[in-house]
Amino acid sequence: MIPELGHFALVLALCLSLVQSLLPLAGLRTGKDHWMAVAAPAAAGQFLFLVVAFVALGWAFYSNDFSVAYVAANSNAGLPWYYRLAAIWGSHEGSMLLWVLMLAVWTVAVAAYSRSLPRDVATCVVSMMGLISFGFLLFTWLTSNPFGRQFPAPEHGQDLNPLLQDPGLIIHPPMLYMGYVGFSVAFAFALTALITGRVDSAWTRWTRPWTTGAWLFLTFGITLGSWWAYNELGWGGWWFWDPVENASFMPWLVGTALIHSLAVTEKRGIFQSWTVLLAISAFALSILGTFLVRSGVLISVHAFATDPSRGIFVLALFTAVVGGSLLLYAWRAPRLARGGEPVHALSREGLLLMNNIFLVVAAAAVLLGTLYPLVADALGLGRISVGAPYFNLVFVPLTAPLLLLAGFAGSMAWKRTRWRTIVQRLWVPAVVAVAIAVLLPLVALGTTSVAAFAGCVLGTWAICASAEELWRRSRGSRMMWSRGVVGMTMAHIGAGVLVIGISLVTAFGSEHDVSLQPGENASLAGYDFHFQGVKDQTGPNYEARVATVDVYRGEQQLATLYPEKRHYPVRGSVMTESGIDVGVFRDLYVSLGEPLPDNAWSLRLYYRPFVRWIWAGGLFMVLGGFLAATDPRYRRLRHREKKFAATSERGHTAPA
Amino acid sequence: MTRTRRRRLMLVALLLGGLGLATALMLTAFQENLLYFYQPSTVAAGEVAPGARFRLGGLVEQGSVSRREDGLEVSFKLADCSASVPVRYQGILPDLFREGQGIVTYGQLNQDNLFIADEVLAKHDESYMSPEVAEALQDNKGKSCMPVNMQAKAS
Repeated sequence: MIPELGHFALVLALCLSLVQSLLPLAGLRTGKDHWMAVAAPAAAGQFLFLVVAFVALGWAFYSNDFSVAYVAANSNAGLPWYYRLAAIWGSHEGSMLLWVLMLAVWTVAVAAYSRSLPRDVATCVVSMMGLISFGFLLFTWLTSNPFGRQFPAPEHGQDLNPLLQDPGLIIHPPMLYMGYVGFSVAFAFALTALITGRVDSAWTRWTRPWTTGAWLFLTFGITLGSWWAYNELGWGGWWFWDPVENASFMPWLVGTALIHSLAVTEKRGIFQSWTVLLAISAFALSILGTFLVRSGVLISVHAFATDPSRGIFVLALFTAVVGGSLLLYAWRAPRLARGGEPVHALSREGLLLMNNIFLVVAAAAVLLGTLYPLVADALGLGRISVGAPYFNLVFVPLTAPLLLLAGFAGSMAWKRTRWRTIVQRLWVPAVVAVAIAVLLPLVALGTTSVAAFAGCVLGTWAICASAEELWRRSRGSRMMWSRGVVGMTMAHIGAGVLVIGISLVTAFGSEHDVSLQPGENASLAGYDFHFQGVKDQTGPNYEARVATVDVYRGEQQLATLYPEKRHYPVRGSVMTESGIDVGVFRDLYVSLGEPLPDNAWSLRLYYRPFVRWIWAGGLFMVLGGFLAATDPRYRRLRHREKKFAATSERGHTAPA
Repeated sequence: MTRTRRRRLMLVALLLGGLGLATALMLTAFQENLLYFYQPSTVAAGEVAPGARFRLGGLVEQGSVSRREDGLEVSFKLADCSASVPVRYQGILPDLFREGQGIVTYGQLNQDNLFIADEVLAKHDESYMSPEVAEALQDNKGKSCMPVNMQAKAS
């Protein structure tokens, strides 16, 4: 009964999304106010019904209703309740439901906070989001309905993929989806700008907090995903250039470019068409990400779903959304272009222009490496994959300049800056940055190298130059710390921390495969690992063999690690749970291999210096994004515009 | 030419140069890191030159896995419907590596046509097989020689 209720709610949401998109647009066209007024309530209704659908599916999982095919395929009565609930988005159908629910959340938020927007703009944005929602709801309902029943109901579920039974999974996909879907707001604003023909600084001010909001969720999602892969895959790595990782990384790169280009459009009134194009691209890549991961076209550890009919539907949807918006862009964007002033190289807009170039080229490089194997396969050019060395080789020279540029962010003024001013302000941070980059590896790890220094100095430069900006702003007669500025600085510091982490773990990380009998020991990077043996243990839905490894440095015992090998009988799958001793300057990581003759086991030992800095940097960026997105400046300005909007609305007639 | 124009021209030239350089760099790196997938019969027929890194996928042949005394070096044979290739690997094997399982390995051939693998991948699921391996396990009439317990999932 309850699953049918969920199904019914899903169909009602589908109908409402159509109402939410078409009626207000027709109202906009014909100037009928009461039709336009439908947008917000329809969005609220759609949200409500999606919540009902989601709760219904959640209830089916919670109560182990295996007559629902999706529940039976992804859950098991032996699973703890929190994994049963997380299993809602453990596979394709539920993920799509989560996707549309997130979209409804964003739509309702936009509708609620857009009261100060001119009426036509607000209506247009909400109805554009309704259109997107309609497409994805139709997809969910027709090809991926999670409420399908099967009779007779199986007695046991097939269990959740054990790879996904980790606290990271509970929050990683929702955060990622919040980010993906969040770019739909910027996308809807971009379409509205094309339709109404206005990209002014007011438009950018409305768009900026939403874009930053989406970006911070995506950043958080990617950071969590990296941390999850490190914990769960047992390979001691934090990024694999796996197509599924790339799928979330491409919208992130373009979204980052969008945030920066929006700043220029707001402050200087230039780059309008470019900003609009970036907004379209960011959302297009988000859909592509959904398509890549969920259609099963990829051969990768993440691609769980395999059903080509879905792929074709998503491809059609993708073509409609992206093709449609690009057509609109080609038709209307020339009207946006204004003869701008030339951009001076030594100005903030020049700096941001370079930032955009590097980010977009980096995104293109990732896109090439991710899609080429698919294209080659489709054209019958052979089965090809692109190795991680390609990405590393291309990525390092493209991102290093970004860090260099980030250091100048605070001291570079709009329009034009003198070299002398910059040198005056930044020579101290530069010297400090070099000093720290030399000392940090030496003090923390007792060693250094040219590559480590080169990486570190980029990071410390971004951090020190950002710190200088904060320090200078706190020195005047009153504190000049606006949230936006602090947010930007935090995010840049985060990028610096991240780069230091990457450089040092790449330069000094090491691993060693050993075979040990109980009582034997092995050493790595100055640490001794004493293998004590393996015991059997039983978990809620698995059988585990748990090893005990004591870690010593000299005579002193630092930690005892318990790497496991788990066998999940329902799916017949085996998982490696690594044992990790966490530290600020280094992780020690042991994963259990396989049993060998004579009671021996193979073990893989990892030494991972500064690996935590990678995720700490990501979290700094999230915090920075949060501060910037919630800058009260946006709210204050909105109030002022409200008055402006009220007086000027008569001037703007309905769009042609 | 006015100053503004000259400056603009400089900027455009700089941009184009940078983009050209980036593209050149990208494509070179791309060319060098393309990994082809071959199946055992292609390799056994001598169609793959030694020294180039590629991916090899197939079934681990029954009874072919042997370990060296000290434990970490493993030799086995990867097979498709018609041929098999000897493989050597040093390190820890994935959880679901076993005889009869479909796997993918990364590495290169040495002069004696022995495949030296540096990475072995097996899926985390006993009944799942990667589409590449599934395809490699079709003979030239399109008939599959895959183990029976996996045919249902792959089709």
